[in-house]
Amino acid sequence: MSQGDLRAGPFTHEKSSIARTMMLVMLALLPATAFGFYQFGWPALFLWLSTIGAAVATEAVCLRIAGKPIRPFVLDGSALLTAWLLAMTLPPWAPWWIGVVGGIVAILIGKQVFGGLGQNLFNPAMVARVVLLISFPLEMTTWVSPKPLFSAEAPDFLSALAITFGGGLDIDSMSSASILGHVKTELGRNADLAGALAGSYDPIGLLVGTVPGSLGETSALLLLGGGLFLLAMRIISWHIPLAMLGSLALCATLFNLIDPAHYPNALYHVLSGGALLGAFFIATDPVTSPVTVRGQLLFGALLGLLVYVIRTWASFPEGVAFAVMLANGLTPLIDHYLRPRIYGRTRKGQPISYAETQEGGNG
Amino acid sequence: MSDGPREILNEGLWRNNTALVQLLGLCPLLAVSGTVINALGLGLATTLVMAGSNVTVSLVRNLVRPELRIPTFVLVIACFVTAVELLMKAFVYDLYLVLGIFIPLIVTNCVIIARAEAFAAKNNVGRSLLDGLAMGVGFSLVLVVLGGLREILGHGTLLAQADLMFGPAAHGLTLTLIPEYRGFLLAILPPGAFLGLGLLIALKNVIDRRHAARRALRGAVSPAGPAVETAKP
Repeated sequence: MSQGDLRAGPFTHEKSSIARTMMLVMLALLPATAFGFYQFGWPALFLWLSTIGAAVATEAVCLRIAGKPIRPFVLDGSALLTAWLLAMTLPPWAPWWIGVVGGIVAILIGKQVFGGLGQNLFNPAMVARVVLLISFPLEMTTWVSPKPLFSAEAPDFLSALAITFGGGLDIDSMSSASILGHVKTELGRNADLAGALAGSYDPIGLLVGTVPGSLGETSALLLLGGGLFLLAMRIISWHIPLAMLGSLALCATLFNLIDPAHYPNALYHVLSGGALLGAFFIATDPVTSPVTVRGQLLFGALLGLLVYVIRTWASFPEGVAFAVMLANGLTPLIDHYLRPRIYGRTRKGQPISYAETQEGGNG
Repeated sequence: MSDGPREILNEGLWRNNTALVQLLGLCPLLAVSGTVINALGLGLATTLVMAGSNVTVSLVRNLVRPELRIPTFVLVIACFVTAVELLMKAFVYDLYLVLGIFIPLIVTNCVIIARAEAFAAKNNVGRSLLDGLAMGVGFSLVLVVLGGLREILGHGTLLAQADLMFGPAAHGLTLTLIPEYRGFLLAILPPGAFLGLGLLIALKNVIDRRHAARRALRGAVSPAGPAVETAKP
């Protein structure tokens, strides 16, 4: 992306910085994350810490190799946020090395090989998630049903250590499918949707977050709240989230109307899985999303469509990570074609003549 | 075009390495570098074809009209590929089955026709043979290193299925570096090949840059006369 010509002008400085932006996003993530810790207990916290530790350490090592100053870049919180977002999408009881490999992949392959912050083509957290998902399908799809902290069935501190770091726990005894996976499996067996949803689909549970799923993407309400906070703070604009959720809901409604026996409705798609987390926190990454408003609307709509297509017809139950990466890949193209109009010129680059605009032409 | 044999070797093995610098012949490089043995098999086959075609092209270089040189090169290369394919069928049939379509596809490997056109068509037989061997060995080395990286990361082993190439006696050659390894599937899949090759290219560039910096430093210490072997910085 070119810097443009910024030689002169009465610019006022807005007190935003990378560190402040990252801080606010983390603040917005905090409620959903804290709820995730509460729901899934100590193992979730350990996994979160492993991911972040690995990512920050990798960032420091890469900066050192590249000969860049380490302190300012590590302290801006970008690696921390990337790892945080990644950890939110991991199964909460995954072993520690999932988090560590993910953190290293996100920073090394997702970000630093492109030249560091602001240079990467793909969202680093999603790169890491996709790498983990295709490399370790078993660990990445082993969900547990929530066992709230301090409740009777929650693992205590020591057995939580064993779950995350020891691998000495019989995970099969307490695994449970996420709603997307469950429905996909049932439909794959030619079961009818109503039967698949009965007893496992719980919109209120999805809203509050008391369902099996990734660490931080179960609670739709808290994610929505965090997203609205970001909107209010003007960290993100409404275009990408609305376009993405809108096109996802539109596709879902359309197919639900055509064949309600096989295609779940829009509410199911928007509330389950990573749709909300993706729409507000991941797709809105300023580095990997288009610059212009029209571009962002197109990007969001494409993303929603891809999520729906992948969830419905591909072999994976959840498709947000793949969809985000595919749409990221199209971002340079979108930015190339949907450029903003230059001030004083038409969209084709011709100077606007004053006489024409007076006649009611293109203002 | 009057480089000595040392220069030709250096060009092929390092400075103008087909895989790391020219970035030619990436299709087989990326597709077959899943394990060391596959990589070695394809590397050797390519080297043989390259040496043979370079020698032949060099021999006929003054007999072929320039307009017809490309079809001639392709025919020569195709002959050698067919010969190598038949040899592999005869002696290492299992490996031949594993490598499959990538053996016939050596014909279309642009490295070979590039060397025929750029080097063998302008140089004598000896130098062309050396160039073919150097380029082929350089290509094979990258293949084997990439195959090794992917095999270690992906399976935790090295030289698995060595019997495909060296016969049943080689069963014991397989090294299990990481026992009870779960496997890192990404390294085996195509993205692993791209990532691995990218990292190898980066590594080569880093080494070259370090080397150049060191030489510049040495040149600054003793501007005239031979380089002095002093303590390394």
